[in-house]
Formats: sequence, structure tokens, C-alpha cells
Amino acid sequence: MGSVGVERRRRPPGAGPPGRGGAAGRRRGLWALTLLAVLVALVLVAAASVAVGARPIAPGVVFDAIFDPHGSADERLVRELRLPRTGLGIAAGAALGLAGALMQSLTRNPLADPGILGVNAGASAAVVVAIGFAGLQTFTGYVWFALAGAAAVAGLVHLLGAAGPGGATPVRLVLAGMAVAAALTALTSAVLLMRPEVFDAFRFWTVGSIAGRDASVLWQVLPFLTAGALLAAAVARPLDAMAIGEDGAAALGARVGATRVSGAAAVTLLCGAVTAAVGPIGFVGLAVPHLARALGGSAHHRVFGYSAALGALLLLSADVLGRWVARPAELEVGIVTAFLGAPALIVLTRRARRARQARS
Amino acid sequence: MTTLPEPAPGLRRTRGSGGANPNPEPPGGGRRVRARMHVVRGPGGAGLVLRAARASLRVSPRGLAVCLALAAASAVTFAIGCATGDLPVPLGEVARVLVGGGDPGHRFIVMDLRVPRGLDGLLVGAALGVSGALFQSVTRNPLGSPDIVGFGNGAATGALLSLLWWRGGPLETSLAAFAGGAVTALIVQAVCRREGLQGNRLIVVGIGVSAMAYSFNAWLLTRARLEDAENAQLWLTGTLNGRGWEHVVPVAVSLAVLLPVAMAQSRRLGLLGLGDENARALGVSPTRTRALALVTAVALVGVATASAGPITFVALAAPQIARLLTRDPGPGVGASALTGALLLQAADVAAQWAVPAVEVPAGLATGLTGGAYLAWLLTRRRAHR
Repeated sequence: MGSVGVERRRRPPGAGPPGRGGAAGRRRGLWALTLLAVLVALVLVAAASVAVGARPIAPGVVFDAIFDPHGSADERLVRELRLPRTGLGIAAGAALGLAGALMQSLTRNPLADPGILGVNAGASAAVVVAIGFAGLQTFTGYVWFALAGAAAVAGLVHLLGAAGPGGATPVRLVLAGMAVAAALTALTSAVLLMRPEVFDAFRFWTVGSIAGRDASVLWQVLPFLTAGALLAAAVARPLDAMAIGEDGAAALGARVGATRVSGAAAVTLLCGAVTAAVGPIGFVGLAVPHLARALGGSAHHRVFGYSAALGALLLLSADVLGRWVARPAELEVGIVTAFLGAPALIVLTRRARRARQARS
Repeated sequence: MTTLPEPAPGLRRTRGSGGANPNPEPPGGGRRVRARMHVVRGPGGAGLVLRAARASLRVSPRGLAVCLALAAASAVTFAIGCATGDLPVPLGEVARVLVGGGDPGHRFIVMDLRVPRGLDGLLVGAALGVSGALFQSVTRNPLGSPDIVGFGNGAATGALLSLLWWRGGPLETSLAAFAGGAVTALIVQAVCRREGLQGNRLIVVGIGVSAMAYSFNAWLLTRARLEDAENAQLWLTGTLNGRGWEHVVPVAVSLAVLLPVAMAQSRRLGLLGLGDENARALGVSPTRTRALALVTAVALVGVATASAGPITFVALAAPQIARLLTRDPGPGVGASALTGALLLQAADVAAQWAVPAVEVPAGLATGLTGGAYLAWLLTRRRAHR
């Protein structure tokens, strides 16, 4: 995908290299420091995620469990439950943040999130089919169905969006996603109403949780997430060009159609795999890119890097918080992200609006 | 169709053309009620303007024809709905029952079971259509619907709390749904009140609050016993099954109050389309108009949800279809009401007819057909923006 890139020296002088794009660009090097700070915070939260829970575990035992295991009960708890859970949280959060940033750039809609392309509805419908008609009960089994469902729906949405007289535009894609999601949601609830046992399994999947998944789930989704992240990295540069408009981007040598298709494929891989593993978790993909742009400016490679790091940080913190707030029980991470992310989004957009008014 | 209330009686017919009033009325001249009707030509096609004393009513012939056709189609689907079911009643017998005759058994089935269900479908559909028209007009967003202020998920939260925690009956659940939706809408309005209820801000806040309610609902469902959760899921789908007169009356009364309010707002909302500055210059207060329209729309959708549960897609699709049919700019409150009524009633009848053995909830049918319709529309029409 490297060939879709725009060479730096061909840019018109006014556009400038993406490195000088955003607010952070004026303080060169500072953005790397901020990213480092985010990563340090992520490590701290990860440590907390291993230590905090229904049974608190001392940091020394955690250290032993990872580097010098003796086989005690606490160490098994760490190795078999807490570590996979933490790993899944980081992977899922990073993937959702990245997918959200991609989605907002592709649709040029600051309120886009992966649910908008119908990816969540497709994955949900496929999981219902998996539970109801293929008799699958484990998360290992859901993964493939949810991925296939997400991919099929993303393809259908693209076909529908491109079918009309105007070709695929961001607005048409969003509309097509809504249409397909509405129909699929109706189908899903039809199955749920007729098959109570399906509904019983589904209601625990749809709330969104990273608890109770073993390490094999993480290993299953990682290849998809890696592929998605690589695709995202490949389209970062053409997306920079597309920010000045599609005609302008084409004039700069970016391949608009190829970029859009690769971007959508990356979103599908990232979201389909995550949704399969942890259920539909909203809001990480919607709120994180806004924060990422506030920290790192508008160049896409930075937005993507920050979005992944912040997404992982947000999801994992939400999970730790959910375990701590409701101890000894726990709140599912999907609920905590919504209750943290929604006010954050409202405050962020208000501040952005004020800043814009102050400038003009 | 934009209206001002009270077209005065005793219309005298004059004909003019070219948009200007051919012989302007001297202001305050005489006690006699002067009424005239003349033809204007505008971007929306030819229109008839009825004037009388201080009131005027602009009617587009196409809009009028569309409304009449929609009303006729609603009546036909209503009659079909009364005739179909587990025990088919011939249409002739339905007509006899409706005018007061007929076999007592048929009379019970039609008057106590099917007529209230059909009326509820028509009224709830109309309320949803009007509310969608107001929302789309206020937010200036063709995808505007009551869910933009988080109404749907808020109402669901209220209903779930009633069903799962207080074990409420149907009445408590309806009231709780209304309260939940109204409280959510109030929160959204309060958060963005300072910025004047503008489109984008409203949508952001609505999405946020709505998502919180949604995830809270999912959490409630996981904490409930399976039977209760299933019952709640059925409510969440939205259905007209088993609706009786006690469901019809509240919707009819609220519609009788709120529809004129919506009609009166319609013209001012149309003027807001010129931009806030121009509207203010014409004597329309943008903030007050938007707030009043939103309150009306929320009340309408609240009554509808309390009666039939959260029916998807009617509020979104009805105004769009109405506008396609009438080709009229502006909110089109009347046409949206009729389209909504027809949509919901037709979806309910079609669902009963397609799967006779199972009671398919109308909310499922509207979701499926609405999604398919929007997809079809996409392949046909060029996106405007």
C-alpha cells in the first residue's frame, strides 16, 4: 500500500509537510514527549489492572508471577485471568481508538464511530446466528462469525453507498450504514424474541466486557488487529492529502478510491475482531480521536498513534475503574466507557467550539 | 402546507396570478370580513392562498391531493387491519359492524380488539410522523429524529426500570417510559440551552446522553432474571399487540391538543430556514420557536412510546416520504402525520399477514421495511450534500 502515499516534495508550498500541521507542530518534539507520557500512564494502568480486582494482589506477587513463577494460587490468578484480560483490554482499546480515527477521517464526519458503517450491527447479527443456529457458546467460536458478519456488512454498505448516481460519498456511506443497521437490528431482535436461550447468551455479550476471556481469544484476534493497524499506517499519508478535498488529493497524486477501500478494510478488520472478542463497546472510537487531535494536531500518523495509545488507556482505565467501583462485583467495561466517554465528548466539543469562536 | 390557524368563513373567490395580491386590501378598512383566494407561483409549484381578514392559509394543490390520497390509503389499510387476523371477518361485515350492526361475535372481535389496535396504530404513527418532521426541521438535519435528543433510549430506561425493578404493570410502564424519555430530553436541552439549541451541538449532546442510557439499559438487562429480561426485550421492540381503548384515548387526546400547536409552529420553523437573522427580522424568535417545537415533538413521541413502545424508523422516514410526495419545502406537518399513520398501520397489517401464526411486533416490521426503503432510496437518489 506504500504506493498510495503522496511524496513530500510534490506538496504545494502552502500545504507544508504534515509534521508542521497541528498545534503541537509548532513545538516540535513536544508531541513525542506527550506520547511518551501517555504510554507511561498506560503502563501504570496496566499494572493496576493486574493488581486490582475481587482479590487484591500485592505488586511483589505480580512481579513474581510474571518473571519468577512459583505456582501459588495468586500467581495462577495473575497468569491465567488478569494478564490475558489486561492484554485484551490494551489490544481492544488501541484497535477501537484507531478504527474511530480512521472512520472519522474517511467519512469526514467528526461524529463518526465504527458503529456507523453497520459493522457492529453486522457482527451482532452474525453472533446471534452463531449462538442460535450453529450452537456456539464460546467466545473462541464467535470470533469468526462476528468477523465474517462485520466484513459482509461493510462490503454491502460500500456497494449500496456506491450504487446510486453520485457514487460513494461520505454522506451516502453513512446513510447506507444506517439503513443496513436498521434492517439487521430488526432481524437480530426477531431471533432474540423467538429464541430465549439465544437472548440469554446475547445479553451478556452485547453489554461489552473484557472479563472471562482466556488468552486464546487474544491470540486469535491479534493477527486481524495487526493487519488492520498496518493498513491504517499505509493510508495515513493519502488521508493527509484527502483532508484538502478529494479533487485536491487526486491532483496531489493520492489514489482516492484505493485509500477509501483500504481504510474501510482496516476499520472492518479492527472492529470486527474487537467486537467479536469483547462485544460492541461504543464511545472509545468516538471520543478518543478528538482528544488525539487536541494533543497531536491533525497529521494522520500522529492522530493514529495517539488514538491507539489513548484508546488503550481509556479502555483499560475504564475496566480497572469498573472493578474498583463495584467491588467485590464489577461493572462491565462497556458501561464505564459510555459513562466516562459521553461527558468527555460533550465537554470536548464545547471547548472546541469556544476556541473557534475566540479565534474568529 | 404552511398554515396559520383559523381560515375565516365565507371565502369569496377571486383569481389573480404572478404572486402579488392583485388588489391589496386597505389595512383596517371596514368591518366586513374580506376573504379572497388567489394563485401564487413559487419554487414549490403553484399554490392557492386563501386570505380572510387577518388570517391566511396557503395550500398547494399537489400537497392537498397527496394528503387526500394518504388519508384514503390509511382508511383502506385500517379496514384491512380490521378484517385480518386469526379469525377473518369479511370486509362487508366489518362495514356493518362499524355502522352499528353485524353479528355479536364479529362485533366483539372488531370493536373491542381490532378497531382499537388499528386506531392506536394510526394515531401513534401520526404522532411519530409529526414529531419527526419537527425534529428534522429544528435540527436542519434530514436524519433528525426524536432519538437525537436521546428520547428512545431514555424512554427505554424508564420502562426497563419499571418492568425489572418495580414490577410495574402496563400503565406504570407507559408512565415510566414517558417520564424517562422526557427527563432525558430535558437533560439534553438543559446542557445545550446556552448555545441556542442549534443543530450540531444538539446532536453531539444527544448522542452522548443517549449512549449513556443505552449502556445502562444493557446493564439492567444483564442483571435481571431471564423471564423478566425477555419481557422487557419484547417491550423494547415496540408492538401494537393487545392495544385496547385505554391505549387509544390518551394518544387521541394528546394529538388533539398537540397537532394544532405543531401546525402553528410549522410556518415559523419554515421561516427559520432563511437563517436566524432573517427570521428574527421577520418577527420570529429562533430560540423560542425551536424550544417550543422541541417540547411539542418530545411530548408527541412520549405519548406514542408510552402507547406502543419504541417504534423505530417511522419518525425518521415519514417526513422524508411526505416531502418527496408533496415536493413542498418546510416541515410539512400535516402530510407527515398522514404518512406516519399509513406507515405504521401498513407495517402492522403486513406483519400480521406475512407471519399469521406468530404475533410479529410492528416495531420489527418498521425496522426491516424502513431499512430496506432507505437502502432503495439510496440507489435511486443523488445525495444532496
